[in-house]
Amino acid sequence: MDTKYKMYLLVCGGTGCRSSQSNVLEERLRKHLKENKLENEVQVITTGCFGFCEKGPIVKVQPDNTFYTQVTPEDAEEIIKEHVIKGRQVQRLLYKDPDKKEIVHDSKHMGFYRKQLRIALRNCGFINPENINEYIARDGYAAVAKCITEMTPQQVIEEMKKSGLRGRGGAGFPTGMKWEITSKSPGDQKYVVCNADEGDPGAFMDRSILEGDPHSVVEAMAICGYCIGADKGLIYIRAEYPLAIKRLKIAIQQAQEIGLLGKGILGTKFNFDIEIRYGAGAFVCGEETALIRSMEGGRGESTLKPPFPSVSGYLGKPTNVNNVETFANVPVIINKGADWFNKIGTEKSKGTKVFALAGKINNVGLIEVPMGTTLREVIFEIGGGIKDGKKFKAVQTGGPSGGCLTEKHLDLPIDFDNLVKAGSMMGSGGMVVMDEDDCMVSIAKFYLDFTVEESCGKCAPCRVGNKRLYEILDRITHGNGKMEDIDLLRNLSKVIKDTALCGLGQTSPNPVLSTLEGFYDEYVAHIKEHRCPSGRCKDLMKYEINPENCVGCTACARNCPVNAITGERKAPHTINQELCIKCGACIEKCKFNAIFIR
Amino acid sequence: MKNIKVTIDKKEVEVKQGTTILDAAKSVGITIPTLCYLHLKDFNITNRPAGCRICVVEVEGRRNLAPACATECTEGMVINTHNIRVLNARKTVLELILSDHPTDCLICAKSGNCELQTLAHEFGIREIEYQGEQSTYKKDMSPSIIRDVDKCIMCRRCEMMCNEIQTVGALSAVNRGFTSVVAPAFEQDLSCSPCTYCGQCVAVCPTGALTEVDHTNQIIRLLADPTKTVVVQTAPAVRAALGEEFGLKPGTSVTGKMVSALRELGFDYVFDTDFAADLTIMEEGSELLDRIARYLKGDTTVKLPILTSCCPGWVNFFEHQFPDMLDVPSTARSPQQMFGSIAKTYFADKLKIKRQDMVVVSIMPCLAKKFERSREEFSTDGNPDVDFSLSTRELAQLIKQANINFNALPESDYDAPLGESTGAAVIFGASGGVIEAATRTAYEIFTGKTLEKVDFTELRGLESIREATVDFNGTPIKIGIAHGLGNARKLLERVRAGNSGFHAIEIMACPGGCIGGGGQPLHHGDSSILFARQKAIYDEDKSKAIRKSHENPYIQKLYKEFLGAPLSEKSHHLLHTHYFDKKKVIEIDE
Repeated sequence: MDTKYKMYLLVCGGTGCRSSQSNVLEERLRKHLKENKLENEVQVITTGCFGFCEKGPIVKVQPDNTFYTQVTPEDAEEIIKEHVIKGRQVQRLLYKDPDKKEIVHDSKHMGFYRKQLRIALRNCGFINPENINEYIARDGYAAVAKCITEMTPQQVIEEMKKSGLRGRGGAGFPTGMKWEITSKSPGDQKYVVCNADEGDPGAFMDRSILEGDPHSVVEAMAICGYCIGADKGLIYIRAEYPLAIKRLKIAIQQAQEIGLLGKGILGTKFNFDIEIRYGAGAFVCGEETALIRSMEGGRGESTLKPPFPSVSGYLGKPTNVNNVETFANVPVIINKGADWFNKIGTEKSKGTKVFALAGKINNVGLIEVPMGTTLREVIFEIGGGIKDGKKFKAVQTGGPSGGCLTEKHLDLPIDFDNLVKAGSMMGSGGMVVMDEDDCMVSIAKFYLDFTVEESCGKCAPCRVGNKRLYEILDRITHGNGKMEDIDLLRNLSKVIKDTALCGLGQTSPNPVLSTLEGFYDEYVAHIKEHRCPSGRCKDLMKYEINPENCVGCTACARNCPVNAITGERKAPHTINQELCIKCGACIEKCKFNAIFIR
Repeated sequence: MKNIKVTIDKKEVEVKQGTTILDAAKSVGITIPTLCYLHLKDFNITNRPAGCRICVVEVEGRRNLAPACATECTEGMVINTHNIRVLNARKTVLELILSDHPTDCLICAKSGNCELQTLAHEFGIREIEYQGEQSTYKKDMSPSIIRDVDKCIMCRRCEMMCNEIQTVGALSAVNRGFTSVVAPAFEQDLSCSPCTYCGQCVAVCPTGALTEVDHTNQIIRLLADPTKTVVVQTAPAVRAALGEEFGLKPGTSVTGKMVSALRELGFDYVFDTDFAADLTIMEEGSELLDRIARYLKGDTTVKLPILTSCCPGWVNFFEHQFPDMLDVPSTARSPQQMFGSIAKTYFADKLKIKRQDMVVVSIMPCLAKKFERSREEFSTDGNPDVDFSLSTRELAQLIKQANINFNALPESDYDAPLGESTGAAVIFGASGGVIEAATRTAYEIFTGKTLEKVDFTELRGLESIREATVDFNGTPIKIGIAHGLGNARKLLERVRAGNSGFHAIEIMACPGGCIGGGGQPLHHGDSSILFARQKAIYDEDKSKAIRKSHENPYIQKLYKEFLGAPLSEKSHHLLHTHYFDKKKVIEIDE
């Protein structure tokens, strides 16, 4: 940040806040500053995502760390007049702690940030992602400079191995080892590929990094290129991320302009440049072999491994594929050293992990915590607990490939291996929280619906098997299941995991298996009692009238859209179950609490 | 390459590095079931998407099961090919495939010859536990090929053939997940695609998803119609393969039995396409010589090399893919069409019947012939020169349906005059045969000398692209041969670049030539069958008394009585054709 200014207004320019008009807000702030002739003293900076998307748009004031939430363009004038000119915080825009019901004056004291450690997200919410100088001011490109001028590729690889960094895309393969394999693979041309085809429902960490700190990825790719002997980098990004694409393009162009990309970087003999490739949003293209096929112009579908991309990847050449978040960690590791990094986290999972909190949780947003943080800390401390004071039921991690973890897993320290042991997986870091109102059979069905849509169709177990899994779950939620269906689900899940060609199919039954494990009783209730314990499955719901409460006011009968309710005036009414469409109109109209759902 | 040791079902096996589990198992007599996998040895044709997952095996220490067809052995690997985990997985996966496949096997064109049906039988599938929605698609009827993709199991063999081997690009996987299927672009019909109807997709389809258009019922009805004179012609490669449909060893030549069977079926005249092949040589050979003579005289406008034009798949291919080179191929019609043309003029005149009362049926190893016969330019007043083209498989079907005991039939000869042929004609059925036949005749006409050694072995073989130079008494004639359209494309690119140096090129659309045609009995990935057919073809040539087309006495008589001379005006009218730019013909109907 430029030191000539006395104050900075950091406005979130992430996709979430943008869609709530943070760009208009920003213009207004600038306009009011100008009107008050403050434009040379106070700077408005567009930043990447702050993570606290629940309360966006966010405006943070530096140097005092005032954290304004849910700021609208109409609030701009007040912020300038009150805070900037008179030095008084705008109380109504400050964050209120939901537990203590107290106003929190700055971000440092917010529960959401207290337990976080931001490495991959270090610059998100701090710098203007469209200005390379701001990145450089925060040690940007120092790591690549250090690598190519002071270290041999093997030394960098050793440092990466020592750091213990594992791939953040889902499988958790050791990054240093991957680089080493690719560096040792013979090939006249090699490629560095950044996998930015983020596809897990609800996950948006890669997008936020690219929107908030694109240079960290550009720099890391250059470091990787130096290590493996590649002069070409490719970023495969889904076309649905226009803002990320725009900022990446700016970042690449700025880096090229000052010689941080291109030929003879920093006066060395190292050449490296980056191109962007667009994906059409197929989930399976996040799988590295499918991604490579798509980049080659082919149909996005997985191919058998081995050969791994490290040996034969893009155009048959050795290719190192890493995910965005993995890359974002690299410059920090080089700058601060592997020994600094490997002290964070658990024995086998080092560093931090970014999670996208979603579902029935108070603080929906993006967080980064050290590996080993417990689910309880994430959900109840950082996430602020369950919405509307409801009871926690499960948390789904790892997206469609993961599983549902329950109450008994809450004190589990999160890392790659613990999640797998518990029947789920890290995945890319999606975390969907469910409360007592969620039907777990329906949740499993939701994820299967997703994989059925997103399977590439190449291998039979994934193409047909997932469809059959979905159909069985569907009939259970409609009350047509049989107990034998549970055996079918178990066998089919096992076989799909055992025989599917790629990671998508090998993990797609996880939501079924983990809900069967943790919520077997719910399946049985659906099948044997034709009852959905959470009251979610429409076909299993039954609206009934309690004759003791019903006074025969006829309000329900008059409002029933299908004339399913009959009864004499001033006498208890009844609902014809065959006609009832379970719309709930009767319950809404009943003033006597006489209608209930069974 | 070093050897490695693996253990398969407790048997120690030593294999070369790079060997797949499937091949390693085969080497010790263990046959792992496969479905999508297809490998035509020595033809460079392999389909290995590892998609069906039927061949999965357990590799100790590995988290999941491994597809045997695509997993290479590594040192010390311990493999179980039939424990409970493997068997359950295979059976479940097969049930899944069957759960999205119609079970109308009784009336399916592939019944009894379907690889999926065979697997279901071998696995003892009696019920399908995983029932659910079945995908349904529009049936696609082209002039040659029927696509019933409800039966597609996404093995991708057709796609591999169409794209990698033939480089036609008509078929590829479309849609995603459960609805994915192999289809032309935008799920249009084949007739809107650059399909050449070579039928190689049909030749490899393991199920009934791709079959030929079946005309057997119309033939049965026509044979019973007393007002029609039904004439049949049989292509060279049919005799080398038909016996397989009746359990005979591949490579058994069944010419005489086939002629008897056709007579039993009630055809009025049983003729040989080989006669027309000799006629083709007269026309095409003369055209070649004409172009060479002009070239040697310094005519710079002459188009060389001349390309053969008897393969209709190949003709479709260059019309779609090389429309800028339509003047390069010979204008001679294919033997099928020359036969039809002569039958409905010369022979109909002899019989004193109208062409409308004559029905010409051809028995072809080919599916593109069905399309070729339907071309407008090959009909007069709406009456086609060839009325029906049946595949070798359809002929077998007719014979079986008529309860003719094929293997017990006596051998008999073709009828005259369109049944007489030379050894030069029969080798049309194998790659290199047409150009060898043309060489035999062109040599004698060009040099005025008698050719003593008629076997040009340098032109034979099954290498994908072959080149040879034949000495025409001091004039070196450079010849190129390609089979498979992908190989043809490579040669064509060289011709287009203008520096190929060839005088003549023979191209056959199907791997191996007509012996491997899309209408032949299915090889199910066994390339030894193709080699056996090839041998049968050359053996038949050797057994012939006359082995040069121009020495066929009935051909000489035909020119004397009817055509005049090769390339005469009448010949041009009846035996030559012209080509169309089809690049723009492909339109998407809304």
